[in-house]
Amino acid sequence: MSSSAAATFSSLNAIPPPPSSFSSPANDKLFSSSFPAASPFLGSSHKPRSCVLSAPSPGRRSHAPVVAATAPNAIKEKLAQSPASSSNLLITKEEGLVLYEDMVLGRSFEDMCAQMYYRGKMFGFVHLYNGQEAVSTGFIKLLKQEDTVVSTYRDHVHALSKGVPAREVMSELFGKTTGCCRGQGGSMHMFSKEHNLIGGFAFIGEGIPVATGAAFTSKYKREVLKQADCDHVTVAFFGDGTCNNGQFFECLNMAALWKLPIIFVVENNLWAIGMSHLRATSDPEIWKKGPAFGMPGFHIDGMDVLKVREVAKEAIGRARRGEGPTLVECETYRFRGHSLADPDELRDPAEKARYAARDPVTALKKYMIENKLATEAELKVIDKRIDEVVEDSVEFADESPVPARSQLLENVFADPKGFGIGPDGKYRCEDPKFTEGTAQV
Amino acid sequence: MGGNNTEPFGRSSPPTSSSPFRSPQPLPPTTAADTQASVYSSSSSSSVSLASPSSVLPYVFLFIFAACVLIGFVVVVKMLGIVRRQASIGGSPSTVLSEALRVFRPAVPASRNYSSAKEMTVREALNSALDEEMSADPKVFLMGEEVGEYQGAYKISKGLLEKYGPDRVLDTPITEAGFTGVAVGAAFQSLKPVVEFMTFNFSMQAIDHIINSAAKSNYMSAGQFNVPIVFRGPNGAAAGVGAQHSQCYASWFASCPGLKVLMPYSSEDARGLLKAAIRDPDPVVFLENELLYGESFPVSAEALDSSFCLPIGKAKIEKEGKDVTITAFSKIVGLALKAADILAKEGISAEVINLRSIRPLDKATINASVRKTNRLITVEEGFPQHGVGAEICTSVIEDSFGYLDAPVERVAGADVPMPYAANLERMAVPQVEDIVRAAKRACYRSSQHAVAA
Repeated sequence: MSSSAAATFSSLNAIPPPPSSFSSPANDKLFSSSFPAASPFLGSSHKPRSCVLSAPSPGRRSHAPVVAATAPNAIKEKLAQSPASSSNLLITKEEGLVLYEDMVLGRSFEDMCAQMYYRGKMFGFVHLYNGQEAVSTGFIKLLKQEDTVVSTYRDHVHALSKGVPAREVMSELFGKTTGCCRGQGGSMHMFSKEHNLIGGFAFIGEGIPVATGAAFTSKYKREVLKQADCDHVTVAFFGDGTCNNGQFFECLNMAALWKLPIIFVVENNLWAIGMSHLRATSDPEIWKKGPAFGMPGFHIDGMDVLKVREVAKEAIGRARRGEGPTLVECETYRFRGHSLADPDELRDPAEKARYAARDPVTALKKYMIENKLATEAELKVIDKRIDEVVEDSVEFADESPVPARSQLLENVFADPKGFGIGPDGKYRCEDPKFTEGTAQV
Repeated sequence: MGGNNTEPFGRSSPPTSSSPFRSPQPLPPTTAADTQASVYSSSSSSSVSLASPSSVLPYVFLFIFAACVLIGFVVVVKMLGIVRRQASIGGSPSTVLSEALRVFRPAVPASRNYSSAKEMTVREALNSALDEEMSADPKVFLMGEEVGEYQGAYKISKGLLEKYGPDRVLDTPITEAGFTGVAVGAAFQSLKPVVEFMTFNFSMQAIDHIINSAAKSNYMSAGQFNVPIVFRGPNGAAAGVGAQHSQCYASWFASCPGLKVLMPYSSEDARGLLKAAIRDPDPVVFLENELLYGESFPVSAEALDSSFCLPIGKAKIEKEGKDVTITAFSKIVGLALKAADILAKEGISAEVINLRSIRPLDKATINASVRKTNRLITVEEGFPQHGVGAEICTSVIEDSFGYLDAPVERVAGADVPMPYAANLERMAVPQVEDIVRAAKRACYRSSQHAVAA
């Protein structure tokens, strides 16, 4: 296996090699024919495992998962053709800088959140995303503004990647009225209509049906409301623990049944608070659950933003073309505990060290420098700029006012007649002092 | 005067010689001749004779005879024509007879038109409301189990699949949590789903989405995402369906901020409130009652108009009274009205309030009524603890304590899971007698032997 242009920074030892029974060269044709634009995974020496749907066949045996066995040969061919051209690379310089900046923003922001929490400026439940940035950046940077993202309580970085300004996210975390939800949502409930981030859900599994509904709306707009250009896709992010929840399976079924434009992204960081994924799941390979419902399932290295991006392109393209949903399992890791209140005692330090060595931010930096996409100095400029952005967001949040008393009763209803009729016989909301006065509702 | 009987109504059979009715045979000339002869003879005595009677008389008789024959012939021909005409109209005796009697039968009343006497079942009311709202706004769609091809588990959505197609009337798999969440997600993106639960007992599987992602989202997102969704379906006890299918969820949903909870009673309520709910930009829980679906109520012409809407948050005073106020909702309103009739015979004038809207509760109407009557009975079908009656009682105490002349009486379902046996089930749900007894207690007129309901 060549180690120069085609190799990446992934260490082969971290992920166990796929069992040999999974490779079946006979099915390679299936793989490439289902994805006409499929490029072999040039940047990866770890072959992605995927299970692709073929035409309905009576025997389940024929659905043996496929390894892209063509990848190594293709890499060698490409190297032979154009050894020095940049067409080997998966990204251009501009794309690379965008990805790098986004991941550095996510990392710095989360580190700052930890600091602020321990200083008492942030409170309640705060769940940090350190280590998983490749997944968020890899997927969300391929989306348009009109595409929808649904997340869980670990949603700060999804919000930042989707375009919500750092100032608004930090203010929201501080509980100030300038936050993206005016301080009413908090860490776990980030919403942005402008950027189509529809949550922020605290219950695991709760966001998946909501995402399926957003994808349903996209299809409904195209087919019933006749907005022919509506090809918006939805990306739902959730974790490994969620994949044992009933709602996950219900939505896999409905999404495949109705061929909805949705991508289910599993951020498998192997731990659900203190419950190891292997202790909780009968079959820990989540990507296999996709084909059971009629959609392709992928398993990729979630610490490598380029690999994530390649698969994301396929899945998003599939959804936009109307070919239906995809399940993508990203193997990733969170460097911090489940939340800032979690002492994180159950995880093996050796495991943490192994994954720390595969830090996605440093890995991308290394890739870009090695492949001459950017110099160290340029990346340092980005680092510095991001530091300033994050500092500025903290200052902004500090100086912002807390919500006014009248905000307590606002936005409970879109039509506030839901507060009913007051003792004087008129609707309470018609009283101009309704939200300012005593909260007698 | 036998001859000229040309009455048409007796005619029913074709002219045959065996017909019991008038035959076409020529009249015996003697009759006409007799008539004419008698007329003539009566007048002949007064005629002036110029010639001698004996020479003219035979010619006179001859002339009379010829005239009679001619008249008789003309009459016979006319009768033949009539018989033939009648024979061609109706082939059987009864139709001709009924044709004849048609003039005397009262007119058949006009079939269902827009008149003030129109009646409509609650089922038809809900169906028409759904139909009108779906045709007015293409963003409204219906989803639930069996709403499409089965025409609705209780036939509420009959005909909608044919009219609007499977894109807008979706049969879902049996996944309440999943499809409720899907509907909420669609509502986030500004569609207007109507989610049908086969019964609200099944909504417990989806209650996370009703409360956490529907009711709270407008607040959590500070107004960015409102959820214009309607959750509807039958609620409360049916007949003999057991404990897991009989719970009333009014108080559970009504305790949650961000939701509106509506409970119709009559067809007019059903139409107006469902249309208001579908147009409302907030999540609405619309609790129907299976036993009311088949009941017919008169509807006004105004209620049949496609823009008819009832305001959310206003109760209706079904019957005015001055001695005691009875609040009820859904099916219980019918029982309360019956109780009010019984009480009226005993001299107690009861005011019956149909709440219509449980959240927000029309405390203004309730309090105004209590201030008038000074006594209050709250009646509901659900469990007593933390029920709607508890909320009404407290709100009246807060606002109108000084006006109460008697403690507030709370009539509710029994504090047990619904039993199956018919007699036990009857005991577990409020009956008319319970309401009457409670009203009398409030009026201090119960007999000493009447134990608490």
